[in-house]
Amino acid sequence: MTEIIQKVKNLSIGFKSKKGEEILILRNISTNIKKGETVGIVGESGSGKSTLALAMMGYVKHGLYTIGGECEFNSSNLLKMKNRDLEKIRGRKIAMIPQNAGQALTPNLKIGYQIDEALQLHSDLEEKEREQKISELLNKVRLPSPETIALRYPHELSGGQQQRVAVAMALAGTPDLLLLDEPTTGLDVTTQAHVLELLNFIAKDTGTSMVYVSHDLGAIAQVSDRIIVMYSGEIVLEGPSRDILKKPIHPYTYGLLKSIPKLSLAGLPQSMPGSQPQPGTMHRGCSFFDRCNFSEEKCKNNSPQLEYLEKLNTSVRCFNHKSLMNDSQVNQTVNKIKTSLQDKEILNLSEVSISYAKQKLLDQVLNRISDDNPTVKDININIKKGETIALVGESGSGKSTILKSIAGLLRTKGGIIKFDQKRNLSSDLKERDPNDLRIIQLIFQNPDESLNPNHTVEEIIAQPLKLYFGLKGEELKKNIIDLLQKVRLGEFYMSRYPRQLSGGEKQRVAVARAFAAKPDIILCDEVTSALDVSVQAAVLNLLQQLKEDFGTTYIFVSHDLAVVRAISDRVAVLYQGRLCEVGPSKDVYQFPSHPYTEVLLGAVLEPDPDIKPKLVAEDIVEEKPPQKGCSFQGRCSRILGDICKNEVPPWQITSSGNSIRCHIPLKELQKVQIN
Amino acid sequence: MLFLIIKRILLGLITLFIVSLITFVGTEILPGDACTTYLERQAFGEQLEACYRRLGLNVPAYERYVSWAVNAIQGDFGYSLSGEMPIKEVLGPRIKNSLVLASAAIFIGIPIALILGIVTALWRDKLPDVAISTVTIFAMTIPEFISATLLILIIAIWLEWLPGIVIVPTDVSFFELLPNIILPVIAIAMIMTAHMARMVRSSVIQVMASEYVQMAILKGVPYWKMVFKHVLPNALLPAINVVALTIAWLLGGVVVTEVVFNYPGLGRLVIESISNRDLPTVQALAIILASIYVSINLLADLMTLMLNPRLKTLQIRK
Repeated sequence: MTEIIQKVKNLSIGFKSKKGEEILILRNISTNIKKGETVGIVGESGSGKSTLALAMMGYVKHGLYTIGGECEFNSSNLLKMKNRDLEKIRGRKIAMIPQNAGQALTPNLKIGYQIDEALQLHSDLEEKEREQKISELLNKVRLPSPETIALRYPHELSGGQQQRVAVAMALAGTPDLLLLDEPTTGLDVTTQAHVLELLNFIAKDTGTSMVYVSHDLGAIAQVSDRIIVMYSGEIVLEGPSRDILKKPIHPYTYGLLKSIPKLSLAGLPQSMPGSQPQPGTMHRGCSFFDRCNFSEEKCKNNSPQLEYLEKLNTSVRCFNHKSLMNDSQVNQTVNKIKTSLQDKEILNLSEVSISYAKQKLLDQVLNRISDDNPTVKDININIKKGETIALVGESGSGKSTILKSIAGLLRTKGGIIKFDQKRNLSSDLKERDPNDLRIIQLIFQNPDESLNPNHTVEEIIAQPLKLYFGLKGEELKKNIIDLLQKVRLGEFYMSRYPRQLSGGEKQRVAVARAFAAKPDIILCDEVTSALDVSVQAAVLNLLQQLKEDFGTTYIFVSHDLAVVRAISDRVAVLYQGRLCEVGPSKDVYQFPSHPYTEVLLGAVLEPDPDIKPKLVAEDIVEEKPPQKGCSFQGRCSRILGDICKNEVPPWQITSSGNSIRCHIPLKELQKVQIN
Repeated sequence: MLFLIIKRILLGLITLFIVSLITFVGTEILPGDACTTYLERQAFGEQLEACYRRLGLNVPAYERYVSWAVNAIQGDFGYSLSGEMPIKEVLGPRIKNSLVLASAAIFIGIPIALILGIVTALWRDKLPDVAISTVTIFAMTIPEFISATLLILIIAIWLEWLPGIVIVPTDVSFFELLPNIILPVIAIAMIMTAHMARMVRSSVIQVMASEYVQMAILKGVPYWKMVFKHVLPNALLPAINVVALTIAWLLGGVVVTEVVFNYPGLGRLVIESISNRDLPTVQALAIILASIYVSINLLADLMTLMLNPRLKTLQIRK
C-alpha cells in the first residue's frame, strides 16, 4: 500500500448567487493522491477541475467558499488552516505550476530573484549556495545558459522558456506534490511536447506526486498514471489511465474521446451534442442526461452514485456502465469529408511577401515598402474553388499574416494576390470595392472578441446582409432566420446577446455572419482552438456541411495538425514565413516530408498512452528568418551543411504531387524518416 | 535611451513653440491692443501713434514675434501694462508663491493618497475601505469653492485659529507666508488626495487580482512581502503619470482656490491679467504654464521608463 499524500474528502465548493442560493462548482468530490503517482484531471471548461487543484493547496478563489468537506495533507485540513501555516506548506510541500507562466511571473522582478525568493522561503541555504542552486534548477529544466537567464526579466523569455522557469520555481522548494494547471495549453505543439517530456522526467527523477489538470486528453495521456474525468463539478470516472483511454466505461468520456480528431484518421470526428449544464442549474437526474446516447428513463430522475468496480480498480458514475464495458473500444467512426473541389482557380498567390518592418520616412513618402528580409516571403499557392487548404506552423510562422493580407488588413510588400484570375487584391483594404470585400470573409479564433457584446445576434447577422445586399424588413428577418437555421441555432436566438451564448454557440453566430455575405472564400483563423473538444468537433462538422451546401472555399489556419488532417484537402506547412511543404493532406501526413513537417507531426499528442511523441528538433525560438539559405536551417536535425545555410532549397515533387522544399533528396528523406 | 530623451525634449520644445505661436496669433486677432487698452478713451490720433512707436507696435507682426521670442528665451518677457513693471519681476514672486502652495499640497497629499489607496485596496470591501471610500467620494465631489468657503467659515471665522484670507504683500518671506497657506493647502489637498487615492486603489486591486499575485500566494510568499515586492511596484507605475499631471495642475495655479483665499499665486495672476487685458503678461503666463506641463510630463515619462523593465529593455533593444 503506497502512502497517500493528499486526501480530498466530500469536498464541495461554491458561491452564493444574487438570490442567495448556494451554487456548487464542486460537488462532493473525494479522491486520494498517492505518493509518486501522476493523476490527470480532465474535463471541459467549467467542469471545476482548476478549482479542485487550487483547493488541494488550500486556496479558494475570491468569491468562492468551501461549503463542506476537506483537503487533508499531512493529516491536517488545508481549507481550515491559517494563512501563516499555509505559507509554510505552499511552495515547500505543495507547489503549483500555473497555466500561463507569462502572466504568472511578476513582471518587475528578475527570473533569478523569483526563484531565489522560493529558495529563501523554503530552504536554509546561504546566499552563495542559493546562487548555485538557481543555476542547478535552471539547468534541470533545460534552459540554456542559466546564469544569463537568471538576470533576465520574464518578458524577455519565450513562452516555452517562461513555462520552464515556472517549473524551476516550483521545484525550488522540493515539494512532495506538484499541481499543474494546464501547464502546456498556451504553448506551441513542439514546445508542449518538450515541456511534457521534461515533466515526465522530473516525476521519475524526483519521485514527486503530480496532479495534472488539463482539457487536453492528448497531454493527459502522456503523463498520467491515473485519470479523473470531471463533468459539471462531479467526478464521473476515475481509474488507471490506460483503461480510461482505451476502454472508457462512462458515456461522457466515450463521447469525448470520439470527438477528438486523430492524425491516423482522415475525416471529421463525431461530435457530442449539447453542452455542459451551467453551475446552479437544477437537475434531479444524471447531469449528463441531456447529452447521453445511452440514457434510459431512470437516468432522468435518479442521479447515479460513483460506484467502485474492484475488478477494474475504477470508479464510475453511470447506471449503464456494464453495457458500455462490453463494447466500448473507442472505435472511431468518422464522417468522411466529401471534396467539392472544382477545376477552377479562385485565388492565386504568387511571389507574395509581407513585411512588418517600420517604414522609414522616405519610403512612406514614396509609398513603398523596403525590407530585404520580410516576415513572409516567396509564397506561391494556387487555390481551387471549393477547396479547403490549411496553413499550418508554429506561432510566428506567418500563417495568420498571410490570412490578414488576403483579407486586406495588411498590404503586401511584393507579389500578387489574384481573385478568380482577374481581380488583383494585392493592395490594401482602402482600394478594394465592396464586392471585393464581400467575397472574402473572416472567422476569428475567439468569438468573445469578434462579436460586438452590445449587439444582439440579429443585429450581428443583419449587418452584412444590409451592407452587401441592402436587405430590409421582412426579407432581412427571413434571411437571418435562414442563416441561423443553417448553423443549427433556433429563431429564438435572435434577441440574445453574445454573453448569453456558450462558446460553441458564439462561434456558430460568427460562422453565420461570415456566410451572410455569401462569400466565395472564408478565412478561418484558428476557429476551433478556443473551444472545448466536443464543441470543436461540432463546429468542424458544421463548417464541412456548409461548404458542401454552398461550395465555399476555406483557407484554414491552425496549429493543430490533427484538426487540419480532419478537415482539409490540402496542407501548406510554413516556417518563419516561408513555405516548407505543400501537398494533398493525405500525403503530407506520410513520409517523406519536409524535416519541419516531421518535427510537427512528431510533436502531436494523441490521447493514447502507447503513442509517444517523437522529439526531433530542439524547441528554440527564432526571432527572425535567416537572411539566406533554408528557413529551417537553425533547427533542422538533418542539416547538410553549407548548402542549407547559403542556398534556398529547391522544390522537389513526390510521385503523389506533394512539393517539398529541401536540399535532401526525397529518397534520403524517406529513408531516415521511416527509421 | 539617450536618443529617446533627446527626441522627447525636442518634441517638448516644438510644443512650446506652437503654444507661443498660438498665443501670439490669438492676442493679435483680438480686437484692440496694448495701446488702446492703456490709453482708453484717448486712443486715437497722435497719442495712439506715439504709444505704438514707444511700445514698438508699429512694426509687422512677425518681426514683433521674433523679437519677443528672442527676448523670452532669455527670460525677458517685456513690460506688464498695468504696472509698467518688467513682467519678470511680476512673475517671480508669484511663481515662488505658487510653488510653495503646490509643494505643500504635494508633500502632504501624495503620501496620504498612496496610503489611503493601498489601505482601501488591501482591505477591499471591509470596514476601512468602505469608510475611506465614502469620505474620498465626498471630498472629490464637493467643489473646491464650497469646501474652501466652509473651511474659512469654520476654522477662520468660528474658531479663529487661522487667517481666512491672505492679506500679505506678494513678495513676503516664506515664514510669514506659512500660516496663510494652511487653509488653501487643505482645500486643494482634499480634492487631489481623493482623486489619487481612488486611482491607486483601483490600480492595486487590479494587480492583486493578477495571476502573478495568485502565483506568489501559492508560492508561499508571506502577505506583506508579497504586497511590497509583487504588488506595489507594479501597481504604482501607472500612478506616476497621474501624479505628474496633478503636480502640473497645481503649479499652473489652482485658480478657484487662489481667488477664494485671495492667494497671490500664478492662478490669480492669470485671472487678473486677463481682466486687465494685460496681453504681454497673458502671453508670458501661457508660455510658462505650457513649459511647466511639458517638462513635468517629460519627467514622468522618463521615470516610468526607468522603473518599468519592460519598456527599458525594449528601448535598449531598438
